[in-house]
Amino acid sequence: MANVTQVIHKYLRHNKKFPLVFCPGCGHGIVLGSLVRSVDALNIPQDKVVVVAGIGCSGRIAAYVDFNTVHATHGRALTLATGIKMSNPELTVIAVMGDGDAFSIGGNHFIHAARRNVGVTALVLNNFIYGMTGGQCSSTTPFGAYSHTSPFGQLEKSFDIVDMARASGANGVFRESVFHAKRLDALLQKALSRPGFNLVEALTPCFTQYGRNNKFKTPVDMFSWLKKYAVPIEKYEKLENKDGYIPTGVFVEKEEPGLEARYAAMRDSLRAGKGGAA
Amino acid sequence: MTRKKKGKTKVTVYPAWCKGCGICAAFCPAKVLEMGPDGKARAVREEDCVNCGFCELHCPDFAISVEPADPEKNGKSAEDESPAEESALPAREHAGENQPG
Repeated sequence: MANVTQVIHKYLRHNKKFPLVFCPGCGHGIVLGSLVRSVDALNIPQDKVVVVAGIGCSGRIAAYVDFNTVHATHGRALTLATGIKMSNPELTVIAVMGDGDAFSIGGNHFIHAARRNVGVTALVLNNFIYGMTGGQCSSTTPFGAYSHTSPFGQLEKSFDIVDMARASGANGVFRESVFHAKRLDALLQKALSRPGFNLVEALTPCFTQYGRNNKFKTPVDMFSWLKKYAVPIEKYEKLENKDGYIPTGVFVEKEEPGLEARYAAMRDSLRAGKGGAA
Repeated sequence: MTRKKKGKTKVTVYPAWCKGCGICAAFCPAKVLEMGPDGKARAVREEDCVNCGFCELHCPDFAISVEPADPEKNGKSAEDESPAEESALPAREHAGENQPG
């Protein structure tokens, strides 16, 4: 494994304060590394990459990478990303969001971005909790899990981000855990090089707020949990007892053109005087 | 097969960036890394490293670097290698903080 860390250091903003702001054992740093490695592997110039981040722990990622970055308001990362992509379709636009950011306050933006199939890659870091604000239960907190606002167990059922994106019409839907970093790299590269709206859900452990309340003794326990329970979808379907297991891998792969491509085609056809939709 | 591939790498942990989460030490297949008394990871059995790259990919703080050791020095003891390898490291912002403890 040559030069993995060197590649990451090349893309970091060295005037920022290091080490990263994330808690010990947080998986967000691994996703950040995966994002940088994927962009590097695809040879996309740094000036052609836009990272739009929302609010939350995941929002800090945009501060560390030396791309064009926007730190948007809570839940609105996808709206800004949509505007950037539509006005300049040459750019590779990545919206980095947390689960609360993308699916609680920004849920509406998410389903409509997926429905429009705008050419943005949504990287959702799912840690099952509102980490930055103190460990309140979120819309992805599993049923029965403990958090500071559900001290006797979560009573609500959780969102399945993959199902939601699939139902909304996203072009590509992928999920992987940070323990399987090489597979996460491969899926991110695939998502970044595909047209239309692509969702990558990265399962990252939050030890400080989620793990300590849910009988994980160390951050390592959380990674062992991901190692055991995040299984490829082919393997998941063969499991007899699916309880607690999370399927990962490629869920949807469609080749429909993105909104910006359809818009450009319609504009060209109207300019050519033919009229009508492209 | 695996014996031949062992120990051809230089594992560097930057203590200033390490937060001591213990992921590298827990999952290293060759038990190269261990948590030191200061709570930070350190490479204790570098000669056993099989160059799988797990620690480098999974360190959330980019505090571990696995580089190929100097090919001419393969087979020699770690004590012979370390001073030369230390100076051969590329200059980096936090290289000056790369002191144990």
